This record gives sequence, structure tokens and C-alpha cells, in this order.
Amino acid sequence: MVSEKSDATDGDTTALALKILVAGGFGVGKTTLVGAVSEIRPLRTEETLSEAGRLVDDTDGVDRKVTTTVAMDFGRITIRSGLSLYLFGTPGQDRFWFLWDELAQGALGAVVLADTRRLADCFPAVDYFEHRHIPFVVAVNCFTGARRHDAPSVLRALDLDPGTPVVLCDARDRDSGKEVLIRLVEYAGRMHTARLLDSVR
Amino acid sequence: MTDDITGGGREGPGSQWYDNEAGPLVRPYAMTGGRTRPGPTGARLDLIALVTLAADAPDADDGALGPEHRTLIALCATETQSVAELAADADLPVGVVRVLLGDLVELGCVSVSRPVPPAQLPDERILREVIDGLRAL
Repeated sequence: MVSEKSDATDGDTTALALKILVAGGFGVGKTTLVGAVSEIRPLRTEETLSEAGRLVDDTDGVDRKVTTTVAMDFGRITIRSGLSLYLFGTPGQDRFWFLWDELAQGALGAVVLADTRRLADCFPAVDYFEHRHIPFVVAVNCFTGARRHDAPSVLRALDLDPGTPVVLCDARDRDSGKEVLIRLVEYAGRMHTARLLDSVR
Repeated sequence: MTDDITGGGREGPGSQWYDNEAGPLVRPYAMTGGRTRPGPTGARLDLIALVTLAADAPDADDGALGPEHRTLIALCATETQSVAELAADADLPVGVVRVLLGDLVELGCVSVSRPVPPAQLPDERILREVIDGLRAL
């Protein structure tokens, strides 16, 4: 990966953008959550991802480099001039999770949305972030009519690391979405500090 | 001369056999001259890399710029934009926008900030600011 900082001008050093991913199974409310907290109407963009050749069905003689187009919905929250938060959600394409390295790069953290009626749908996302040591919170979207489970039982059912925050939320509700993000940023800060301490120990 | 006359006659109803629903009639990478990767200075632009119009940007009428380049410049002129926002607003795939932005960086029209690398996440002060900002929303 070529990284070049030289072309950033003085003015840019003050502008900072942070990235939060919103993940989870199909139809769990990712776009809804992004829309609830975003100050702009969620925008859709498409990212072409490559490098997945090894993992795709083997078809002899076919170029191994496979590209997939992944649609993403994203929103923005401006904290202050020069500091904004960008939220990215993939509408229902959890089977492309293994392609997400590029998107996850530099992410502050992730929200894994879960539906207790289909808890297994969020396993790939949980696995993904655990393996890459990306801080994440599990937000249980409390659909009306869904059986209520308390956070500790979700924590156990997903076999999460004990410190991982589990929050009950309503993805349609702005305040609820804000709370999820606050918990995530707090947690990301704690994880980061812990890692720094580990590295000097 | 006769060519001109027949040319004008094509404007009749029904000659527009495609409409907006046909989708884009220019294939995406035609706008980049077939290039799928940005030049060296455009390297790998993150979705949240911020693009700012350079104060001393060369004249936008430069012949090297295509209409899509100009669209991006116009979008950046109002405020600093992320790569993702530019792609959505210009209605272009992110890959195409990366190539075009690479051109603009090389021409000195825009500057691009890199997002924070994961190893050096923003310090606690900034995270605090984010949390307070979210609470205040």
C-alpha cells in the first residue's frame, strides 16, 4: 500500500474524518440506523472490491482476480467544523464480508446490528471484527413483536468477549442510535488506551 | 449542405429511443480513458479521505479536464467533501472518482487528506469531543 502524506496541505491537518461501520445480517436495519442519526439523507455509493479470487468458487482458467460491486449507504454527522463522523452500512450483503478489509481500514469501530429472531445472521460480522481487533458494539434492534432478551443473554448467546458492549436499541430512533454510537466511541477509546498500555508494559 | 438539412430533420418525435431509465450511456471507465487505477499521487484514496479545492488551483478551463473532472471541482468548491460524498453526488462509481481525483491532485487542483491510520487512532481528547458532540445533537 502506497501511502503519501506529502500532498496534504497545512489546512488539511485540522480536518479530521472518522469512519464507523454498520454491519449485520440482511434486513436488520442498517440503513435505517444510518438514516436515523445522519444529518444528510443517506447517500448510496458503490465500491468495487477486488482481491477475493482465492475465496471464490474455483473455475479453472478464469482470471483469479474477481471484482464485486458492493453498494453502501452512508451518512454523516458533523461534530464541529473540521471533525465529522461518517457511517457506512452495507444493505444486506453480509456474504461479502470477507471483502471488507479495505472498508474496515482506519475505521474507528463498528456497530453490529442484531435481530434476536435471527441472531446467527450477525455471526460473520462479529467474527470479522473480533479477528481484526476492531472495536465493536452489538446493538440489538428491538423490533416490535420480537421477544425481548436482556443484554447479558445476548452477550452469552453470541459468546462475546466479556467487555463487549451490548446495547438494546431502536434503529429508527435518533436518540437511540446516538446512544449506540456514544457507547461505541467510549468503548473504542477504552480499547485503544488498553492497547497503548499493553504496548509499553 | 444537404447533410445539414437532414441532420436537423432527426429531431422529430420518437428519435429519442432511450430515456433516463436506460441508465448511463457512457460506460464508467470511458470517463477515465480506460484507467482503473489512479496515478501515483492519487494512490489509494479512502472513502472518507477529505478533498479540498486548492486555493491556487489552475484554471478549471484547462483542456486536460473532462466534464466529470469539472463536476468534482464544482462539488468541492462549496465545501470540503469526502470521496464517498463526491461519488454519490456526482453519481459516479467510487473507483472512477478515485482515478479522476488522482488526476486533479496531479494537476494541483485539489488536495486530499488521509484518514487517520488505525495504529494511531485519534487521541482521547478528540474521542471525548465526539462523544460530547453526539450527546449534544
